[in-house]
Amino acid sequence: MSLAFTLRTPPTVPLEAEVLTPARLAGLSAPEAAKLSVVHGNERADLGEFFQVQGTADGGGAGEFRLTGDLSRVKHVGAGMADGRIVIHGSVGMHLGAEMTGGEIIVEGDAADWVGPEMTGGRIVIKGNAGHMVGAASRGSAVGVRGGEIVVFGNTGNEAGHGMRRGLVAIGGDAGDFAGVSMLAGTIVVLGSLGWRAGAGMRRGSIVTMHPVELLPTFSYACTYAPLYLRLLLARLRRLGLPVADAQVSGRYQRWSGDAVELNKGEVLILEA
Amino acid sequence: MLLNGVLIEDTFAEAFTMRVARLLITARTPRWAKEAALKLTGFATSVIGCKCEAGIERELAADDTPDGRPGLSVLFLTMDKESLPQRLIERIGQTVLTCPTTACFDGLPDVPDRLPVGKALRAFGDGFQASKVVGDRRYWRIPVMEGEFLIEETFGMQKGVGGGNFLILAADADAALAAAEAAVEAMSGHPGVVLPFPGGVVRSGSKVGSKRYKKMVATTNDAFSPTLRAVTESQLPEGVNSVLEIVLDGTDGAAIESAMRLGIRAACRPGVKAISAGNFGGKLGPHHFHLRRILNGASPPPAV
Repeated sequence: MSLAFTLRTPPTVPLEAEVLTPARLAGLSAPEAAKLSVVHGNERADLGEFFQVQGTADGGGAGEFRLTGDLSRVKHVGAGMADGRIVIHGSVGMHLGAEMTGGEIIVEGDAADWVGPEMTGGRIVIKGNAGHMVGAASRGSAVGVRGGEIVVFGNTGNEAGHGMRRGLVAIGGDAGDFAGVSMLAGTIVVLGSLGWRAGAGMRRGSIVTMHPVELLPTFSYACTYAPLYLRLLLARLRRLGLPVADAQVSGRYQRWSGDAVELNKGEVLILEA
Repeated sequence: MLLNGVLIEDTFAEAFTMRVARLLITARTPRWAKEAALKLTGFATSVIGCKCEAGIERELAADDTPDGRPGLSVLFLTMDKESLPQRLIERIGQTVLTCPTTACFDGLPDVPDRLPVGKALRAFGDGFQASKVVGDRRYWRIPVMEGEFLIEETFGMQKGVGGGNFLILAADADAALAAAEAAVEAMSGHPGVVLPFPGGVVRSGSKVGSKRYKKMVATTNDAFSPTLRAVTESQLPEGVNSVLEIVLDGTDGAAIESAMRLGIRAACRPGVKAISAGNFGGKLGPHHFHLRRILNGASPPPAV
C-alpha cells in the first residue's frame, strides 16, 4: 500500500514541502512521514500538522503516493524527484517538480506558476490549467527545461518554455505571451492559441500552434509543408490524452524561421487554415 | 522420409551467425516505400560479393508504423558488427534518403547494441539539420529539396542467422521453378525472415573455393549441377534434371526453422524428386537445420 496524504489544515501562508518526493518518503510509515519537516511561512513545522497521513510508503525510490485537497499553497511538491509517481487530487502550488530528473507527477486540478522549472527528465501532467513560467528557466538562469515532458491540458500563463534547451512542453489550451522566449531548443506544442511575441529571442527549437498567430517581424516565412516528425509527436500527445485532431496530424503547416535577432534557426509551425 | 511423394533427404542446412538490423521504411504510399526498399535491398544477395545481405521482411499497414503511414520492414545483415553500420549508412543514404516521401525507423528498438546510422547521415543536412526527441527516441530532420527526410538516430543490431537453405531437386526446370515459387509464396511475410536472392530463389548455388582457380572464393556447386552429372562427384538422384535453392536469412534460428517448414511443404509438389540442403559437413556454420527434424516439428539442437 502506498502513502496517502489528505490536507486537513490548509496552510495560511505558503508551505514549502520539498520532502514530498518518492525517494524521501521511501520505506516510511504514516507516523514517520507525518514527522517530516516542512516550512510554513518562516517557521518549521511537521508535515502531519497539515496532512492526515495513511498507509505505508513503497520501498525504494520508485514508489507512488497520493495527495488530496486544495494544495494551491503547497510548494515544491516533487522537487528534484528522480523516479516514482505522485498523483495529486486537487490543485497544487508553485514550483511543482522543480529540477526533477525522472518519474511522473499527475495533477488532476490546476497548478500554480513555475511548473517543472529546469527539469531534466520525467513527466508532469496537469489536467487543468497552469500558471506562468511552465518549464521555464529560473530568474537569473539562462537555461530552462533540459529534458522530459510537461503536458498541460488547459491553459498556461506567460513565458511557457522560457529558455528551454530540450524536452517538450505541450499545452492543450491557450498559451500566454512570450511562449518559448529565449528558447535554445526543444519543442512547444500549443493546441490552442499563442499569445503575443511567441519565440522572441529563440535560437533553435520548435513552437507549434494550431491557430493563426501574429509573429514578431524578426520571423520569416519559409514554406508550407507537412513536417513528418509532427505525426510522431502529435500521435504521442494523443496517447497522453490531449485532444489532437486528425487534421492536425496530417495537416500542412506554415514554417516561419526565427528569431533573426538570434541564430534564426528556430521555427514556428502554424497549422494551415 | 517422404512428403507428398517427395524424398526428404536426411541432411541439414548449415548456417552462420551474422549481425542483423531491422529497418522500417515508410512513405506517403506503399509504392514509394517499396521503391526505396527495393533499391536498398538490391545487390544484397550474398556477402560473398555484396558485403551484405538484405530483403523485404513484410509489408506494414499504416497502423503498424511509427508515423502512421504505409511501409515495409527490411532485414539487413552483415557477417560482422563492424561493417553493418557502414553498409547501412551507404545504402540508406543513397536509396532511402533520396526516395520521395520516405522516412526510416528502427525496427529493433529494444536491442541494446545501437548503431549511429541516423546520427551519421544527419551530416547531409550541412548544419541545417535538427533533432527531435519523441518519447525516448531521437530522430533527425534532414532538410532536402522535397521538404524533410526523417530518420531515427540509432538502429538496433543483434545476432542473426544467415544461410539457412534448402534445395529443390526436380525432374525438369519448369517443375523446379514452380516448386520454388510455391515455396517463396508460402514463406513471404514470415516474421523474422528474408529471402535475399532474386524472387527468393537461387539457381547458382556455390561451393567454397575452386578446384581450378585459386583466387575464387566460391564456384559452382558442381555436385548439384545436372549438366556435370557425368564428370563430377554428383549428388543428384536419378531423374533430377534441375535444381533450385532457397536461401533464408533471419533474426534467429527459430524463425528460419519455421519458414523452412512452410517452404519445404509448399515445394513438395508434382515433378519434385527430392528436397536436400547445402552444408559444409557441419564444420563451418554453427546453425544446423535438419530437414527431417524440422518437418517432424522438433526443434533443432542449439547452435554448435
